[in-house]
Amino acid sequence: MSVAENQAAAGGGSARAVAILSALGRFLVIAVTTYLGLLAVTFFIGRVIPIDPVLAVLGDRAPVAVVERTRREMGLDLPLIEQFYIYVKSALNGDFGTSVLTTNPVMSDIRRVFPATIELATLGTIIGAVIGVPLGVLAAVKRGSLIDQIVRIIGLIGYSVPIFWLGLLGLVLFYAKLQWVAFPARLDVVYEYTFTPITGFYLLDAAMQGQWDVFYDAFRHIILPAALLGYFALAYISRMTRSFMLNELAQEYIVAARAKGLSETRIIWGHALRNAAVPMVTVIALSYASLLEGSVLTETVFSWPGIGLYITNSLQNADMNAVLGGTIIIGSVFIGINLLSDLLYRVLDPRTKAG
Amino acid sequence: MSAEIIQSRREWLLSDRPASRLQARLGRAYVTWRRFSANRLALIGLLIIIALLVVAALADVLAPYSPTIGDLKNARLLPPGAAHWFGTDDLGRDIYSRIVYGSRWTLYVVILVAVIAAPIGLLVGTVAGYAGGWTDAILMRITDIFLAFPKLVLALAFVAALGPGIENAVLAIAITSWPPYARIARAETLTVRNSDYIKAVQLMGASPFRIVLRHIMPLCVSSLIVRVTLDMAGIILTAAGLGFLGLGAQPPLPEWGAMIASGRRFILDQWWVAAAPGAAILIVSLGFNLLGDGLRDALDPRSGDQ
Amino acid sequence: MSGDTLLEVDDLRVTFPTRTGLVQAVRGVSFSLGRERLGIVGESGSGKSQTGRAIMGLTPPQAQVSARKLAFDDIDLLSISPRQRRSLRGNRIAMILQDPKYSLDPVMTIGRQIVETLRTHEKVSKAEARERALAMLQAVQIRDPARVFDLYPHEVSGGMGQRAMIAMMLITGPELMIADEPTSALDVTVQLDVLKILDKLVAERGMGLIFISHDLRLVSSFCDRVVVMYAGKVVEQIKASELRDAQHPYTRGLLNCMPRIGFERHPLPVLDRKPEWAA
Ligand SMILES: Nc1ncnc2c1ncn2[C@@H]1O[C@H](COP(=O)(O)OP(=O)(O)OP(=O)(O)O)[C@@H](O)[C@H]1O
Ligand SMILES: [Mg+2]
Repeated sequence: MSVAENQAAAGGGSARAVAILSALGRFLVIAVTTYLGLLAVTFFIGRVIPIDPVLAVLGDRAPVAVVERTRREMGLDLPLIEQFYIYVKSALNGDFGTSVLTTNPVMSDIRRVFPATIELATLGTIIGAVIGVPLGVLAAVKRGSLIDQIVRIIGLIGYSVPIFWLGLLGLVLFYAKLQWVAFPARLDVVYEYTFTPITGFYLLDAAMQGQWDVFYDAFRHIILPAALLGYFALAYISRMTRSFMLNELAQEYIVAARAKGLSETRIIWGHALRNAAVPMVTVIALSYASLLEGSVLTETVFSWPGIGLYITNSLQNADMNAVLGGTIIIGSVFIGINLLSDLLYRVLDPRTKAG
Repeated sequence: MSAEIIQSRREWLLSDRPASRLQARLGRAYVTWRRFSANRLALIGLLIIIALLVVAALADVLAPYSPTIGDLKNARLLPPGAAHWFGTDDLGRDIYSRIVYGSRWTLYVVILVAVIAAPIGLLVGTVAGYAGGWTDAILMRITDIFLAFPKLVLALAFVAALGPGIENAVLAIAITSWPPYARIARAETLTVRNSDYIKAVQLMGASPFRIVLRHIMPLCVSSLIVRVTLDMAGIILTAAGLGFLGLGAQPPLPEWGAMIASGRRFILDQWWVAAAPGAAILIVSLGFNLLGDGLRDALDPRSGDQ
Repeated sequence: MSGDTLLEVDDLRVTFPTRTGLVQAVRGVSFSLGRERLGIVGESGSGKSQTGRAIMGLTPPQAQVSARKLAFDDIDLLSISPRQRRSLRGNRIAMILQDPKYSLDPVMTIGRQIVETLRTHEKVSKAEARERALAMLQAVQIRDPARVFDLYPHEVSGGMGQRAMIAMMLITGPELMIADEPTSALDVTVQLDVLKILDKLVAERGMGLIFISHDLRLVSSFCDRVVVMYAGKVVEQIKASELRDAQHPYTRGLLNCMPRIGFERHPLPVLDRKPEWAA
């Protein structure tokens, strides 16, 4: 990091190009070390902690011959550092071994279940942002009012409630009592066999094929878990929006905008929020990443066949390859979003463009 | 105690010319307390946490039944009523008693995680901040790497490898929660590193080890306490999540997350089995969040309502 | 000049409720203004800005504004609706703020900010608005208006930013302009340029101008009349040309505090303050 900074400072002539290069270099260093760190930790978890990694991967029911073969395949006779090198190489090739439970390569399992998670987290983030941003704006504009208090309490509860518990209560209320939503699954059983997904995002697939009955059914299944995740995103997003908006509304350019005779609506949404939007993008990206993570518990509650459920099912069956593969994938996406949101911040803010 | 004595005591506390270090310290604590107690929500948070401590301490007195042994024959899955305030579970155990005893496990987790993670963070942060240079760069890169990980998923993987159990859950949570403390400790260290006070200590020939331990670490404690308090809710929720997935506390421990998991099977008909422990988690997490917010505002008025 | 009175302020008061009680920022200010240049001077905290903002209707919501009379062109500003007040703001009454670095929206181009004022108050097409904004930028002596139009505030210098601000506030052709220390955040060399532009536009367009400053000399050279404020009150109103004969000891104090080239003085004069002036 400091190396890149030094280079930036030393650059004389084309300071701009050097600044861009050093920012890029810095970004690469961070990205590479973070990913290596993730792999090192999962390597440590998978190969170092278990007394017998083969047992951890195969379970204790495997025949002796298989155990022996696996031991050699995993390279457990090599020194640790060499093992790690091989581990990184195969991870980069998307090779996380085979799942004991499904007997498929872990990567192909994950590819199959991942769209379900993305669909859920995306819808959750959309719900959270669409409701959370206006709530945060309102709370900031009417600071200290009843609305502000209510938004604050909604947020506090969001930070304090166990997500799986709220999901269970939601099922009791909206599925069992009110029958507004469908039972925990992605589709009704009828459609499971007649519907052929294309992208794996069922809402999108159904809409593309014009199968509106499937779309409606998929919607009835996804809405409760998505609303739940949306609530958690909302808690975070509304709190941050409020804080950013309070900061912006105290700026002098707001006084200037009033002096120009603009309406409050225009000042709030056209000026203050536009300025707050730059950091907000980061916040929304971060909440998206955390919803991916939160999907582990939500998917378990709602039997949602995504990567979270895949991980917990594998956990229950001591299927370490699958658990670690899932961990690496969620971790990678999480880290990737973190890094990208940082970049996005720079791109969106006109003040950083000048370099 | 007459009003006059109270008045003069307050003056003594608020004196701008304290006669002793103790008086200055008490005075500062008093000012902080006044700011804190003006915040009603923060007081509620404090009350919740005090109640948690009391319940945990007096569990034997407060719980009418055994938390682990139930009446299988007569008391299975009873709804809330006079005999069993929160009803009973599938093994005929009184849910209220289990929640009362469960408070001990909540405290156990929270305290152990804090005791493990905070010192790690403190050590990493102060050493990085004081040493500077490459040590700082490397330690902070490691911290940031850990900071970039998804905590819950990583904790899951750790427990998967270590084997389920409440101790391993604590360990896994601690391993994933020290990085913010390191960042805070480093920031505090950087602000005092070049102060005249530390320079004077250096001149007296104190070793770097001693300086960090005796002079820098104590300065980081107050901001660390705030952060730890704010993190408590997250720790409780993660621990409960692990318990819910069957990776944390194992039956028959009355841990709240595991209790929700066992109530899940009956959720549609006997909702109370899962409802009560979840409400307990919610209230305690809320308490820590309110307390943490209040402490932050009282100790650092600048952060105001952010 | 009664027939030509643009603004009449009589017994204006602005009060802030604070934790420690009421703070009276402005305590009974009265003056009237025609199509002339009026300076308001006073030390920091004397209530100059709050006077200006009360006329604009930009007082913070928690504060209380009252006046026996606050009328612009015979419109009673305190009794009209917020909506009517808004339609005056930026249209017939405009205001220039102190520091262009903070008073321009950082994420909106300069051109759009100018156009925004215009299109808020007049129904003009986008193309026409652009034309007029470019012409206005030309009028504040920006050499390359088309380029500056598309720049963000951080991409221009302070002097250029303040000109853009003037353009943004003058584009609707206001009749009254309140300039709250419009140049005190700028370099000395740039200050005079900006002031000259402001002076020229005010003279050309026959606007009334309230010029707020704590630089008494600047005000006296730039304005026709001067109002001297102390602790929220007007202590003296005087023609700029007669400033030398000011009676009030506070005004004299302000005059004495101004450094003059060629006079070396020891000890440095200290501004005299007496509680009875504020009474
Ligand atoms: N939001 C507020 N809350 C409480 N008091 C305020 C507030 N804004 C201004 N004041 C008070 O109003 C008084 C006058 O402020 P004002 O900004 O008008 O001074 P000024 O003459 O413009 O000073 P300066 O030369 O520093 O700009 C100040 O003493 C200040 O204490
Ligand atoms: Mg002012």
